[in-house]
Amino acid sequence: MNIEAVLIAVAVVGGIGILVGILLGVAGEKLKVEVDPKEVAIREALPGNNCGGCGYPGCDGLAAAIAKGEMPPSACPVGGAAVAEKISAVLGVENVENTRYVAFVKCAGDCEKAKDVYEYVGPKDCRLAQNNPNNGPKGCTYGCTGFGSCKAVCEFDAIDIVDGIAVINKDKCKACGKCVSVCPRKLIELVPYDAPYLVRCNSKEKGKEVKAVCQTGCIGCTLCVRNCEMKAISFDQNLAHINPELCNHCGTCASKCPVKIITKDH
Amino acid sequence: MGKLTFPGGIHPNEGKKLTMDKPVVEYLPKGDCVYPLSQHIGAPAVPIVKKGDRVLAGQKIAEAAGFVSANIHASISGTVKVIEPRMTSSGSKVNSIVIENDGLFESVDYSQNKMELETLYRDDVRNIIKEAGIVGMGGAGFPANVKLTPKNEDEIDYIIVNGAECEPYLTSDYRRMIEEPEKLIHGLEICINLFDNAKGIIAIEDNKHEAIKLLRELTKDNDKITINELKTKYPQGAERQLIYANTGRYVNSKMLPADAGCIVHNVDTVVAIYEAVVEGKPLISRIVTVTGDAIKEPCNLLVRTGTNCQELIEAAGGFKDDKMPEKIIAGGPMMGKALYTLDIPSVKGLSALLCMTHDEVTKYEPSNCIRCGRCVSVCPGRVVPSLLAKYAEHGNIDAFLANHGMECCECGCCSYICPAKRHLTQTIAGTRKQILASKKK
Repeated sequence: MNIEAVLIAVAVVGGIGILVGILLGVAGEKLKVEVDPKEVAIREALPGNNCGGCGYPGCDGLAAAIAKGEMPPSACPVGGAAVAEKISAVLGVENVENTRYVAFVKCAGDCEKAKDVYEYVGPKDCRLAQNNPNNGPKGCTYGCTGFGSCKAVCEFDAIDIVDGIAVINKDKCKACGKCVSVCPRKLIELVPYDAPYLVRCNSKEKGKEVKAVCQTGCIGCTLCVRNCEMKAISFDQNLAHINPELCNHCGTCASKCPVKIITKDH
Repeated sequence: MGKLTFPGGIHPNEGKKLTMDKPVVEYLPKGDCVYPLSQHIGAPAVPIVKKGDRVLAGQKIAEAAGFVSANIHASISGTVKVIEPRMTSSGSKVNSIVIENDGLFESVDYSQNKMELETLYRDDVRNIIKEAGIVGMGGAGFPANVKLTPKNEDEIDYIIVNGAECEPYLTSDYRRMIEEPEKLIHGLEICINLFDNAKGIIAIEDNKHEAIKLLRELTKDNDKITINELKTKYPQGAERQLIYANTGRYVNSKMLPADAGCIVHNVDTVVAIYEAVVEGKPLISRIVTVTGDAIKEPCNLLVRTGTNCQELIEAAGGFKDDKMPEKIIAGGPMMGKALYTLDIPSVKGLSALLCMTHDEVTKYEPSNCIRCGRCVSVCPGRVVPSLLAKYAEHGNIDAFLANHGMECCECGCCSYICPAKRHLTQTIAGTRKQILASKKK
């Protein structure tokens, strides 16, 4: 064995290693990209799902926006209060308590209460079903189609289809708003987590037409509107709508509603 | 001359024997007539009558609301009962004029509308067609006068009459062609004379021998009109396929037929143009084929627009006692719309009521795509339906557009041929509709 050849090889490789090491060290110092330490800290505080619920492409985008002050510390809908608090600490600002929102499906017409008018054979997708007669098999053209386009986009497994309507698991819901934008009938709304009374109907038809297709639709009787002492219920296009900010949780509307669609547990 | 055709297409069971040899019988409505204000593509018409007014058959009751829109005429005499949203064959409610039938069928005196054709200018003819409320009667309902008013008037060299009637079961155009061929030829001449360089083509599938023979006989001295024999294949009567088969020109979704120098009219539309220009009659009736295995006496009826579809079924003897319909379709089986109620009016674009029994309608659950490529080989639009449906299901609009999803004409060949019974057409059509709707916004 030629020991000399081995030594030369070791020397050459070792020399190149040292040279490159020095070069990289110098380059790392000279060409350094300035990163806002705040941004890194904020990025670490964020959940890291990259769900896009905030409107930014991912958590990195939101972290940069918060660090620049374009978004408030509570901008991540998924992280909620805990994350907002961490980010506030990083930024050194006072954390403003934010209301927690959850998605809410404005329809109570399940298979029993709102019948289909025909048997549907076709792609099981709410958006594609709108292309059919009557905008889908359900008699009511405002209610939940029940093919689960919202369930398919939910990243948090918070939506289930029960008896032909979408049901939201309040505790899993992070109010990212994806289901709101995917629903072809604009049925889903973000409401405060503790909103006490809500109207579970979206039908803008007159009472007679609503009755014809659904046993539990808002018939536009305005009993709730007239009996609300806080004037928290507005009435537009044959449909009552409760403003949770004005509501004093008295429950008169729920007891007066003849079709029982104003409920406490949503 | 060889038989003309296009690449792709399918050969479904024709089912035309049921009504092919049944002469057209006029049916006069017994009950009220309903006139949806939107029987055409474009802006809904605006009613010009009010509740309680007495109207005569042929009287204009709603006026076109813009360039792409059409007038609507009463088809019976009676009083206006109400103007309210009523169910139509599209499955949704459309604002409609309801006229209570007085059973007299008193009509406007058409003879006063009559004019000497020789004295009319071209724009007068177009105006008459517009006034008569004529729309494309193949189903889409594009106003006929708009079609006949292209931007490139000098470049129009073919007026093609679509006598292909490629949809199975339908025979209304065939009956029109063999019962009133003179009206058809004369109507086509009126259209040809609107343009300097136009020639006429009447394109008929080769399963309608009699019509081809008859029309060839009648036009043998006419050097401006040719009768083209087409191969019997679905969708031979689709506008783009028809233009390709007859002229070899391609039309895509971004073009109008006029951009390829062609104007395509349905047989019924051309006859309606003749009746409007020569006889002064507005469009108030059309031939509807009431057919299918569930019907007692399948027939071709000359129906006043607005007649309730339930009445039409009864006029055809009703349903067979032992075979109740499983599915009722307005139009042909390939592109028609399934109905869930018969309480709808017949409209200008209703070519047939098809009542299929349980045996004729199969319901399969879709299974996975086996990548056999049959949908690709039959697609007349030359797109890849399986791929488009996949993108549509995933909501990938960009990929859908990049793969020419908008070139789909929703003919249904891919769904028909698919051995896995996938809902290809429905999926692609639904996505196209979403894209078109979002473009409008």
